[in-house]
Amino acid sequence: MASPDVATTSNATGKQFEQLDDVVIRFAGDSGDGMQLAGTQFTNVSASFGNDVSTLPDFPAEIRAPAGSLSGVSGFQLQFSSHDIYTPGDNVDTLVAMNPAALKTSLADLKRGGTLIVNEDAYDKGNLTKAGYDRNPLDSADELAGYSLHRVPMTRLTRDAVDGLGLSLKEADRCKNFFALGLVYWLYERDRTPTEDWVKSKFAKNPDIVEANLRALKAGSDFGYSTESFTVHYRVSPAKLKPGKYRKMTGNEALAFGLATAAKLAGEELIFSGYPITPASDILHELSKLKNFGVKTFQAEDEIAAMAAAVGAAFGGSLSVTASSGPGICLKGEAMGLGVITELPIVIVNVQRGGPSTGLPTKTEQSDLLLSMFGRNGESPLPIVAAATPADCFDAAQEAMRLAVEFMTPVVLLSDGYIANGAEPWRIPEISDLTPIRVEHPTELNGDDDFLPYKRDERLVRPWVRTGTPGFEHRLGGLEKADVTGHVEYSPTNHQHMTDVREAKVAGIADHIPEQEVDGPDSGKLLVVSWGGTYGSVRTAVRQFISRGETVAHAHLRYLNPFPRNLGDLLSSYDKVLVPELNNGQLRFLLRNEFLVDAQGFNKVQGKPFLVGELVEHIETLL
Amino acid sequence: MSVELPVLTAKDFASDQELRWCPRCGDYSILAQMKKVLPTLGIPKEKFVFVSGIGCSSRFPYYMDTFGFHSIHGRAPAIATGVKLASPDSQVWVITGDGDALSIGGNHLMHAIRRNVNLKIVLFNNQIYGLTKGQYSPTSPTGKRTKSSPYGSIDNPLSPLSVAIGSEASFVARAVDVDIKHLTMVLERAAHHHGTSFIEVYQDCNVFNSGAFLYASKKDKKADNVVYLEHGKPLIFGKQRDKGIRVNEANRPEVVELGNGITEDDLLFHDEQSPEPSLAFMLARMRYPEFPEPMGVFRDVERPVYDEQVELQMNAARESKGDGDLEALFNTGDTWTVE
Repeated sequence: MASPDVATTSNATGKQFEQLDDVVIRFAGDSGDGMQLAGTQFTNVSASFGNDVSTLPDFPAEIRAPAGSLSGVSGFQLQFSSHDIYTPGDNVDTLVAMNPAALKTSLADLKRGGTLIVNEDAYDKGNLTKAGYDRNPLDSADELAGYSLHRVPMTRLTRDAVDGLGLSLKEADRCKNFFALGLVYWLYERDRTPTEDWVKSKFAKNPDIVEANLRALKAGSDFGYSTESFTVHYRVSPAKLKPGKYRKMTGNEALAFGLATAAKLAGEELIFSGYPITPASDILHELSKLKNFGVKTFQAEDEIAAMAAAVGAAFGGSLSVTASSGPGICLKGEAMGLGVITELPIVIVNVQRGGPSTGLPTKTEQSDLLLSMFGRNGESPLPIVAAATPADCFDAAQEAMRLAVEFMTPVVLLSDGYIANGAEPWRIPEISDLTPIRVEHPTELNGDDDFLPYKRDERLVRPWVRTGTPGFEHRLGGLEKADVTGHVEYSPTNHQHMTDVREAKVAGIADHIPEQEVDGPDSGKLLVVSWGGTYGSVRTAVRQFISRGETVAHAHLRYLNPFPRNLGDLLSSYDKVLVPELNNGQLRFLLRNEFLVDAQGFNKVQGKPFLVGELVEHIETLL
Repeated sequence: MSVELPVLTAKDFASDQELRWCPRCGDYSILAQMKKVLPTLGIPKEKFVFVSGIGCSSRFPYYMDTFGFHSIHGRAPAIATGVKLASPDSQVWVITGDGDALSIGGNHLMHAIRRNVNLKIVLFNNQIYGLTKGQYSPTSPTGKRTKSSPYGSIDNPLSPLSVAIGSEASFVARAVDVDIKHLTMVLERAAHHHGTSFIEVYQDCNVFNSGAFLYASKKDKKADNVVYLEHGKPLIFGKQRDKGIRVNEANRPEVVELGNGITEDDLLFHDEQSPEPSLAFMLARMRYPEFPEPMGVFRDVERPVYDEQVELQMNAARESKGDGDLEALFNTGDTWTVE
């Protein structure tokens, strides 16, 4: 939402400045065009400058999709601003379209009057045909009439810039993302230095590539400065974020940091067992770097083994985690059930993606809530926690670990592709402000002269023993247990009792989590209830109604099982309840079941986050 | 400082649970030998963990007064790997069967062995699914008539030892449930090996596959049908110890009679430490009735042990980077300050 400010000024170059509150940019190109890199660099530079930022990387599942094809378009959208933002923006102010396919897939999202920068060298017959254009849209008066079009011969200019370095044409052409980046840096008055430093360290072993990328970056900026095509450039001042020191974080980074932090503060080792899967693999990557924090990462042979090893590690007495995405979680189901019946603390991270089956590996969705809730055989309850934003993954990971250890239970932590890959500023916490998890392994026997593994405390929690502790030898297993002794026991009354106890233990967690808060009035016409990665869009949409004085409020749930104690009362304090979700109504299903409330849904499964605009439009219809 | 270890006996390893295997099941003997071997190892009782999957054999941990985990079907090697990572100073045993290890859990078995996790894996091979009451297993011979193969099994069986050797096992052995002394020796050797130990035990399921291994277990038959492997010694067998195994010009093993110009020196000498697994593999493929089946340690070599490497990497990282510092971690990369 670029709201042009009045502060238009001139400077020495004769170019005009415009002050803006927020800007949405999308870099779009072929999978091999380096658009993710360009977007990430712009994000880093803007975050370091002090803007609030929110990003949406959007790339194909294929590593190298057919060049020039529509399915091979890789995009990176980001919003940066001088105020708080919660989303990467609905509509794009500046679109960089490196080829016709990128133009075709992204043009609909460009605002009327928006800036359109194209690499005109890539608009040849072959690429046009692959994108389904029968003629060049750049030459058509009507097609792009509503936009501020800048035709830049980027391939040629990049080749000129790197001339003399002895690069092959292919190598030279790979620098053109830096040309595009340089141009956009000029357009939004960004400092090139952080990117220059990054290039120097990234390609340190290859000085020619460093030089080439630096030249391309500068050539792009110079092009903006010197050509008449661009008459205006823009300023977005730093945001007034809460004072403190910040860094940029993606959700997966934050989640890995959160897990390592939980272990470090508890003074325990962390064992992470995982199997590579999009979009969760980065958690494994991040944690595997942290060996000096006492983090052991085990890349298992498959998802089942990863979950099984996590159960084994918890039995051994370590803080234990696994992470995957929907297809992997399906495979883990049986061993998760083993964790439930043996009541061992394990965090199971599900970075959700579009399903069913392999579905949309690189696209976001929230459709594994019911899988988390019910996706195991038997009555198999476990707590479910969901992260709301990339930076929130840090806190959510610690909270999931706290619940697991405090209540001796597997816990599902839900993230999704959108927040896992998306980035935002993260306010670096003071270590002293973090709450350590208490890990207790008993040292005194709880029976007359033996250890009773299923003797519970007042919260129904059983003790957690490290293997190797003398006198505490005991057997666990997947067969039904007798309470207290943990011996195998099939009797009807015992199974009823144990089923009830497992249920009651998890339900009782409601007394140990915060009550649900709402943003907005505490009663009124409409409560919008959301969870997980839709936080940003829903909050932004609801705030618009709040600022108009409508009695619309927003409750964003972190705890999906058990629900916060006051949730039922909250739901009944409003005339209507709306549950927007990126699925076909899974939270709505749970709410209706639990509270007999006539919750309405607003649902979408397109692999993309909600647009603020579509939420606003829908909320209007309910008022 | 040396710590005085209590003297343990087999009884110390017996749990208070009633044994629930069928009368005369081969599992009883394996359990008894295990309880005999453990006290001799000089390891405190709390440092043993028994992990099993699903099947008759997998009830084993309930009958041992050690840490134990009766887990889910086929996953014991993976669960045991997790235990070993969390508890590197424990001796972790995996108790599994032919269905558990080779059918539903084949993948985990293979990968635990290739990583050389310090696990002691004992596979009770009875060539049948016992707990589900008599279906053919991945080691049942072709043609076997069972509840699920009334016309005879058309599945080609797997050799557990071939799988282990193919997975680069560093310790591979075979024993028979009722051959008590030999089984004890094999269990001891496995316990002392550094890395994954894989033992196949021929185990009689007297209810659903009775007598499957009589040729190898019955007193009057086994001498002619079994050849005991000893490192550095020739492969000799027979009641009169008058037969041996020779490798012929086609590089194939063959049974020969000693005498008539054939001496012990002409026979195949066992080398359990051979760097190449080809000898062990050839021995693993010798099947009754064409050959006497080898018993004992097929292979015992040293190679890097997974769980030790994990600890080494952690220690090396701590040495080079220092003990993890959250504040330093949080402040890596580009940061900025908002006043």
